[in-house]
Amino acid sequence: MSFIRLLVGTRKGAFILTSDGKREHWTVEGPHFGGWELYHLKGSPIDPNRIYASQTSSWFGQVIQRSDDGGRTWNPPGTKPEDLMGPDGMPQGESNMFLYDSSSETGRPLTTHQHYDGSQRPWEFKRVWHLEPSLTDPDTVYAGVEDAAIFKSTDGGKTWKESAGLRSAKGQLWQPGAGGMCLHTILLNTGQPNRMFVAISAAGSFRSDDGGQTWRPTNKGLLSKYELPDPDAEVGHCVHHITMHPSRPNVLFMQKHWDVLRSDNGGESWHEISGNLPSDFGFPIAVHAHEPNTVYVVPIKSDSEHYPPEGKLRVYRSRTGGHEWEPLTNGLPQQHCYVNILRDAMAVDHLDPCGIYFGTTGGQVYGSSDGGDCWEPIVRDLPAVLSVEVQTIP
Amino acid sequence: MVRIILPQHLRTLAKITGEVRLDLSGTVTMDSVLDILENQYPMLRGTIREHVTKRRRPFIRFFACEQDLSREPPEAPLPDAVVKGIEPLLIVGAMAGG
Repeated sequence: MSFIRLLVGTRKGAFILTSDGKREHWTVEGPHFGGWELYHLKGSPIDPNRIYASQTSSWFGQVIQRSDDGGRTWNPPGTKPEDLMGPDGMPQGESNMFLYDSSSETGRPLTTHQHYDGSQRPWEFKRVWHLEPSLTDPDTVYAGVEDAAIFKSTDGGKTWKESAGLRSAKGQLWQPGAGGMCLHTILLNTGQPNRMFVAISAAGSFRSDDGGQTWRPTNKGLLSKYELPDPDAEVGHCVHHITMHPSRPNVLFMQKHWDVLRSDNGGESWHEISGNLPSDFGFPIAVHAHEPNTVYVVPIKSDSEHYPPEGKLRVYRSRTGGHEWEPLTNGLPQQHCYVNILRDAMAVDHLDPCGIYFGTTGGQVYGSSDGGDCWEPIVRDLPAVLSVEVQTIP
Repeated sequence: MVRIILPQHLRTLAKITGEVRLDLSGTVTMDSVLDILENQYPMLRGTIREHVTKRRRPFIRFFACEQDLSREPPEAPLPDAVVKGIEPLLIVGAMAGG
């Protein structure tokens, strides 16, 4: 029987939640890396025992961790004895070295971006927000970082190289959102191996059609009336998350700062699908594993009130690809609930019926094993949850 | 022989129990101590000082002999008591909430 493994990143460590395919009883292991912020953990789709984790701290900076045994043991990549010595005889220890590409070979010296006060600042690495393992090679993994950029490792996370072409997509106009100028979403698709999407706060969404060498903004149709002087600017939008169903790589769903949107042409243009949502502000957005037109969001009251409207924690589901949304409340608190659900903290499994999971800033992880009709807390009192990923293991 | 006491999180990361003891020759400075420390424990690279610039991370402090050495030039000689192993060099996370 299949089993499910949830990889939960929190403000004070990582937790691994496992259950059999019934998803009724869960074991909770952790904290791993207690005391550190675990922004994101994600497993390789083709080798589920290979899991990458972003461990970070304001004090000690960035650490990349890797497990090759399904999360039982962890090591920073490249610190096994056989990995330690570089060709010059010096220890490597480069798995946390994210250097922006300023080489003359690429012709892209380190550029500047817009700061909160409108001045220009050079790019400065702060942390890894998101790790996206390759769909075909367990040693290849992408990292979305703050200040916004995408890095790639082809040696299991031992070394990283920036795809500097992204910063050429009007990077001088990008600016930090409230959480920092972060690249938080990376979308890959098996059917179109050279096409990638990324999303950045506050810059927008971007597409590459050559495996990450060059990029262009894909923000036509986004409107940011109160955030930008030019509401339909080519870049500068605060995109919170984008997602797709693997069977329909040209159909994208987006949760923006305000507005839920959809693209039917691979990001060439977007249209709003907020419909009857009680608020179209929010962070995560997810698609059902088997129904490409079934989409989930968690509305949040506003940009300055990061909690559910009316104190009711409601996941909203659209079975029509947007516009028409139904509240899912069974098992979720319907009074006095003032938590937030962050952008990487909702995910679906691949069982049938589809399971859906999300974590809150109040430390609860909720799960539904029936596509969202009924919810139960899997665990209630973790540190604030930053990310939730699911592995469906045969 | 220089004795170094690392913060708990870095001891865990480097799989170290207790204090680290390093044998150094020549003039012992903060830079020379950290160079040897990072060579022996590569996973500490980037956690105490920046990879390329070698600047101390903002929330890291260096204490020894009841003095804050954080703002001393990294190439300045360390106190004799640290160099002789009488007093440890404390690498600590700054008081900054958390």
